[in-house]
Amino acid sequence: MTAAAVAGSLLVACGEGDIEEADVPDTAAGDDGEAVECDEFDIAINPWVGYEASAHVVGHVAETQLGCDVEYKNLAEEVAWQGFGSGEVDVVIENWGHEDLKQTYIEEQGTAQEAGSTGNEGVIGWYVPPWMAEEYPDITDWQNLNEYSDLFQTSESGDKGQLLDGDPGFVTNDEALVENLDLDYEVVYAGSEAALIQAFRRAEENREPLLGYFYDPQWFMSEVPLVKVDLPPYEEGCDADPEAVDCDYPLYDLDKIVATEFAESGSPAYDLVEAFNWTNEDQNVVAAYIAQDGMSPDEAAATWVEDNPDKVEEWLS
Amino acid sequence: MTTTASPPTRTVSPPPAQQRRGLGLRSFGRRGALAVVVVAWLGLWTALRGRATLEIGGAELTGFHEWLDRQRDSLAAQRDTNWLLQYGVGGISDGLNATVDFLRELISEPAFPRPFPEIGYLGVIGVFCLIAYAVAGLRSMLLVLVSLLAFGALGYWELSLDLLIVTLVAVTICVLIGLPLAIVMARSRKVDAVVTPALDLLQTLPSFAYLAPLALFFGIGPAAAVVTTALYAFPPVVRVAAHGIRHVAPTTVEASRSLGSTPWQQLRTVQLPMAKRTIVVGVNQTTMAALSMATIAALINGPGLGQPVAQALQSLDVGAAVVASLGIVIMAVMLDRVTTAASVRGELATRRGDSARLRRTALAVGVVSAGYLVYLSRTFSWAADVPESPDLGTPIADATSDASDWFIDTFRDSTQALKDGFSYGLLNPLQSVLADSPWFVSATALLAIAGIIAGRRAVVSTAICELVILGTGLWNEAMNTLTTTLVAAAFTMLIAIVVGVWMGRGRLVDTVVRPLLDTLQTLPPFVYLVPFVALFAASRFTAIVAAVAFAAPVAIKLVADGIRGVSPTTVEAARSAGSSSWQTITKVQLPMARGSVVLAANQGLLYVFSMVVIGGLVGGGGLGYLVVLGFRQAELFGKGLAAGIAITALAVMLDRIARYAVTRTGRT
Repeated sequence: MTAAAVAGSLLVACGEGDIEEADVPDTAAGDDGEAVECDEFDIAINPWVGYEASAHVVGHVAETQLGCDVEYKNLAEEVAWQGFGSGEVDVVIENWGHEDLKQTYIEEQGTAQEAGSTGNEGVIGWYVPPWMAEEYPDITDWQNLNEYSDLFQTSESGDKGQLLDGDPGFVTNDEALVENLDLDYEVVYAGSEAALIQAFRRAEENREPLLGYFYDPQWFMSEVPLVKVDLPPYEEGCDADPEAVDCDYPLYDLDKIVATEFAESGSPAYDLVEAFNWTNEDQNVVAAYIAQDGMSPDEAAATWVEDNPDKVEEWLS
Repeated sequence: MTTTASPPTRTVSPPPAQQRRGLGLRSFGRRGALAVVVVAWLGLWTALRGRATLEIGGAELTGFHEWLDRQRDSLAAQRDTNWLLQYGVGGISDGLNATVDFLRELISEPAFPRPFPEIGYLGVIGVFCLIAYAVAGLRSMLLVLVSLLAFGALGYWELSLDLLIVTLVAVTICVLIGLPLAIVMARSRKVDAVVTPALDLLQTLPSFAYLAPLALFFGIGPAAAVVTTALYAFPPVVRVAAHGIRHVAPTTVEASRSLGSTPWQQLRTVQLPMAKRTIVVGVNQTTMAALSMATIAALINGPGLGQPVAQALQSLDVGAAVVASLGIVIMAVMLDRVTTAASVRGELATRRGDSARLRRTALAVGVVSAGYLVYLSRTFSWAADVPESPDLGTPIADATSDASDWFIDTFRDSTQALKDGFSYGLLNPLQSVLADSPWFVSATALLAIAGIIAGRRAVVSTAICELVILGTGLWNEAMNTLTTTLVAAAFTMLIAIVVGVWMGRGRLVDTVVRPLLDTLQTLPPFVYLVPFVALFAASRFTAIVAAVAFAAPVAIKLVADGIRGVSPTTVEAARSAGSSSWQTITKVQLPMARGSVVLAANQGLLYVFSMVVIGGLVGGGGLGYLVVLGFRQAELFGKGLAAGIAITALAVMLDRIARYAVTRTGRT
């Protein structure tokens, strides 16, 4: 106790400003008066870095330009959607499909609604590390996969080739695909995005064979540009029956979902969310700031916003 | 933590009414019978493998899974109309949120319109040091001071305090509900028989399985985090406290009764005071369990240090994850040592003859100083704000990242070979026999084995658990998980006995190894997942290594304490009779420490099972992966919960077989 007290009084000697003078965040930063209306703005953070990038860019703009009191809430997809109804979540900024959740929360409960595309295009598919695409150029055609299945054998896949799946956040058709395309492969579940990324990173560094489920936009693509394997092209309806799927995954138009209450509140943050639109490259830049350069999400967002004033301007006009 | 070694979370008190019938079989006959069963199993496996394995596809749902989904949906639909949900659950949730928010604004979060909490940095340090001194003494105060400074220096001041708040609120709830329950349990066999399985369920049902609905009812916020944490942390305090109260010497209780005490007086004046030490151990273990939920609570936006750990995992940033986890470890050590010290302070002070006047003076000085610091932290921003230097977080993060990279680069090839050898040599064959045999063959074989090694009661337990697993529709996945958990439990015990004996026989070894074990035990397992995947790829082996890393420390400590507890004169006698070290260990020390070894096996098993879900995140597959899947995908919720139930059934099954087997061999 006494030690701390002494330290305290020592510090008094060199004391500067008292708390009244401390910089209280300026809540009325906008110059058009409208900004004052924005108070609390709750953004759900689904657990992947690309999402975090989009959310913090929107949040950063809302905070600095609109004077919102932004709160980020780390939540898995479904839990975040549950929050629309209770007023705990205003926006899910990057939604990958999730027709079942849309059915429940938009159609049935009416607590949520769509707020347009983020401009990001979601690609899901099978990927190999770049060294493999170079060494075996024809491996990127699914019809040749059986010739290479020996390469992909692991302790987990028995006498078949291993297809590494398993980000639990994504729906996969891979078991059905392997079956319906007569591929000599066994789906093995890595279980987390972290494990998938680590597996690909290791495969590229050591030139080990690996075939796995992956997706874009994803920050890891800028560290190791994985090469996509072409499955039979997607056609409308070819994935209607999950047991009979024999085609590639569709392109996902990543969209924004907002709480109905928030959309009708007239908050300037809603207009920002609706106008928010950027490219996969934009998102990967911010995501790489976070995941590779070790910036905090807010630093990363601030850096990008500073470098791209014209885009931000467009969202606000 | 040191206290984990004292009375058990799960007391392996001998199952009542040991039957003697099964003992007709001589040990040799038992071995023979076991051999017959195994040979028959292998024969049927060869002939019938791949048939009737009850394997189901990744997205396939059974009627039971869909039924669970419908239950969730209908509960969700009633959220705003059902009286109980709206006012009961809603009220609890509002109350918890208000409590946590109040505490946060008090010490960790800016209290609007102030840019700082009501009590800032220096004030918090002052108040906490004062509390530590008052309840636990000078040494604890210094520990608290160092810990608090460390939270700031690691760069996680606010999140550390948030974690402390959530933990303390959850533990308070556990104690408020748990102690009365423990008292009732200790006095009534009937209540005990009902509550024990419920506690088993709470301790083994993975929280991932019910996290999403919990957030649905308690909202997204501190309340859901507190409830999740409290649910998991609840069993230890009840179990240990009931154990303590029940084992107060019967003669003492008798004496008080003959003096005419009413049951209430007995409880208040004899049983509770005499069980105080044990009860504190229970509270302490509940606190540790609560801290271990930090990372999981973060998945539903629970405030605290779990958040940076979970986030670092997304970008595979081992360094950042370690720094945040270090905060959790420090918190664990701090709470453990302070609560332990607090429980013995009174006696110790009397025994040492500390001057009460000196203490009163010190307390008065402390109150004044703390008050002054609070005043400063309310008035000046330099006193309210966390100092920016020294920054220990960045160098530690960099150093750990480098160390982890170096380790991975150096050992990658050998670890890969190790994983392959192990998987092809042991794991795959074992899994094939368990999971590729027709379900009725495996089920019957398991029943027969349970009967041979553990008797009739074990057969009944095993049969019930098998029925539950069949009911979940996940038999095949359950057999895969059984394979990895059996192997992990076996390795845990092997390591526990080797290292435990080594520690138990040498003070120096103990001093060096114990802090390492404490750290491993409180480190969130999420942290070593990334390096482990780098070393062993995403595989069942990785899941096993992670489970062993988490379970071994507890088991090692229990074995070590048991070995140390063997009377030195007995050991000396054996030695002077010419026993070699090996003979002393195998013939004297281990048999005499049998109780501790059994307890170690029991705890090791439970810890291994608590890692099934974490294993699912790194390629363990099986039930663990399904539970994670159920949490992340709404339409698979039912399947995930079913997988959680199957995990519980497996854990209970192995636990019962082991327990009955032990009491039985103990009597032969």
